[in-house]
Amino acid sequence: MSQPVSHPDPTAAPRTSSEGPPSLIRATGLRKSFGDFEAVRGIDLDVPAGEAFGFLGPNGAGKSSTMRMIAAVSPPSAGELRILGLDPATHGPQIRARLGVCPQEDTLDTELSIRDNLVVYGRYFGLPRSECASRADELLRFFQLQEKARQKVESLSGGMKRRLTIARSLINQPDLLLLDEPTTGLDPQARHVLWDKLFRLKQQGVTLVLTTHYMDEAEQLCDRLVVMDKGEIVAEGSPLALIREHSTREVTELRFGVGQHESLAERIDDLAERVEVLPDRLLLYTDDGEETLARVHERGLEPAAVLVRRSTLEDVFLHLTGRTLVD
Amino acid sequence: MAVVTSGLAASAARSRWSPSWRMVLRNYLVHRRSKVFFLTGFLEPVLYLFSIGIGVGQLVEPFEFNGQLVGYAAFVAPGMLAASAMNGAVLDSTFSIYFKLKFEKLYDAVLATPMRTVDVARGEITWALLRGGVYSVGFLVVMLLMGLVDSWWAVLAVPATLLVGFAFSAVCMALTTFMRSWQDFDLVTLGVMPLFLFSATFFPITQYPGVLRWVVELTPLYRGVVLCRELTTGAVTWASAVSVVYLVAMGLIGLAVVSRRLGALLLR
Repeated sequence: MSQPVSHPDPTAAPRTSSEGPPSLIRATGLRKSFGDFEAVRGIDLDVPAGEAFGFLGPNGAGKSSTMRMIAAVSPPSAGELRILGLDPATHGPQIRARLGVCPQEDTLDTELSIRDNLVVYGRYFGLPRSECASRADELLRFFQLQEKARQKVESLSGGMKRRLTIARSLINQPDLLLLDEPTTGLDPQARHVLWDKLFRLKQQGVTLVLTTHYMDEAEQLCDRLVVMDKGEIVAEGSPLALIREHSTREVTELRFGVGQHESLAERIDDLAERVEVLPDRLLLYTDDGEETLARVHERGLEPAAVLVRRSTLEDVFLHLTGRTLVD
Repeated sequence: MAVVTSGLAASAARSRWSPSWRMVLRNYLVHRRSKVFFLTGFLEPVLYLFSIGIGVGQLVEPFEFNGQLVGYAAFVAPGMLAASAMNGAVLDSTFSIYFKLKFEKLYDAVLATPMRTVDVARGEITWALLRGGVYSVGFLVVMLLMGLVDSWWAVLAVPATLLVGFAFSAVCMALTTFMRSWQDFDLVTLGVMPLFLFSATFFPITQYPGVLRWVVELTPLYRGVVLCRELTTGAVTWASAVSVVYLVAMGLIGLAVVSRRLGALLLR
């Protein structure tokens, strides 16, 4: 396995400083508007080579708009953007030649066989036929699709289509792999298969950039992530650092009858560092969940259901935005 | 294993094919096994030729066209040649493009690669032309076998049909980028039918009264029909160049619009 970034063009991969890996994505004050609607409202990014970087946020946070700008298929409305050291406004084809893109919706070629999907896609990159063919076979093996090679796309399950889309995005051996909600809509088993594949790619040194509204996905795959809300970045860091900074160690979840949560919250808000009221439960942020639960019982409250757990990125998001990630 | 290695090897071994040919290759792979698909395009003008040119033609005495006496079948055949080039181009550049654009999201995937909108537009038009060209050669052979070709100029009728195909593919693809639903395609049919019937395909332009004749002379299929007819009957003059320029210009304008519209729709 060679370094993911080793280009003949010396201007193509500038270094952030004299040390450290080069910056593959650099954005300053990046904005995107569609008419009156501002989808991305001035964000700064710096993603070095080899990192697995995530955008975490609910639907409509501006993740996909940002991803499309990074993929050099959507011109920024304002701000500066450099992908692989190049300006997407002037070097779109050169940038896209070195990207792998897995869009949110499958855009597989339904008129071609599964193997031809890979081969033809390789040809779009200008790769010779023999090269496309050998890479296609290699990718089919890696993503466990070789038995389906001659079949049409419709015969694949949702998880397999996703795998094929990711396989397709690797046909040009990209320096930077962009994954827009790679596992949305998949069943848990298919998600785990995919995570395994992405983790292997990461180990091979591929720079991954992904969006997700699943906090477990972000925790599993991302070295570093930004939390986006309403077109802005509201927090940035490693999953662990974010949890440490914006949440407590543990959370005690209490479920009472419908409509009681608001009034009960006032009776126990001194038991935790912070209490969040959700329509269906109370979240008590505390360093010792069991201890807090015992105190709740001491006050004579009998919740219908109880859960003591560690803090997750979901809690970070809730704290920062006052809303949950998945509606 | 090494699924991902350096981009170096990739850039060193680039194929020499131009980007638009990659689109052509994709379409070839999709259609290489569908024989019916190829047969229909070939049969359409042949059936018209037999029914109208030969069948109806028996009731029509040979008449004078551009100063020479031609049989009705020899008059209609080049009309069918041009009209089928138009029909093929329209079919390829409307329904099929709309499906790829709106439903299959093919171009979204293609534009995520180094391919540009102009490569997509050129590629799709080239594909339509290649297909149309094969049909034209086939039809010309049928004309030859039936003794309906009067001049060596007829060899140039094939590039002439390609011009017709280019002009109509480009403009119809441009129109397709504005379509909002399948219903909008009724408008295409509404436009194509009168062109097919009244572009001096089945009867000479001299049958039209004054002003109407001028209107017909300005329509695109008429330029194609008259060009093909001049070539297969050997009545080529400098005036034929007008048709060539007309069709080239129409195609180039369409191509420019398609590239811009694909950009506006997909690279937002």
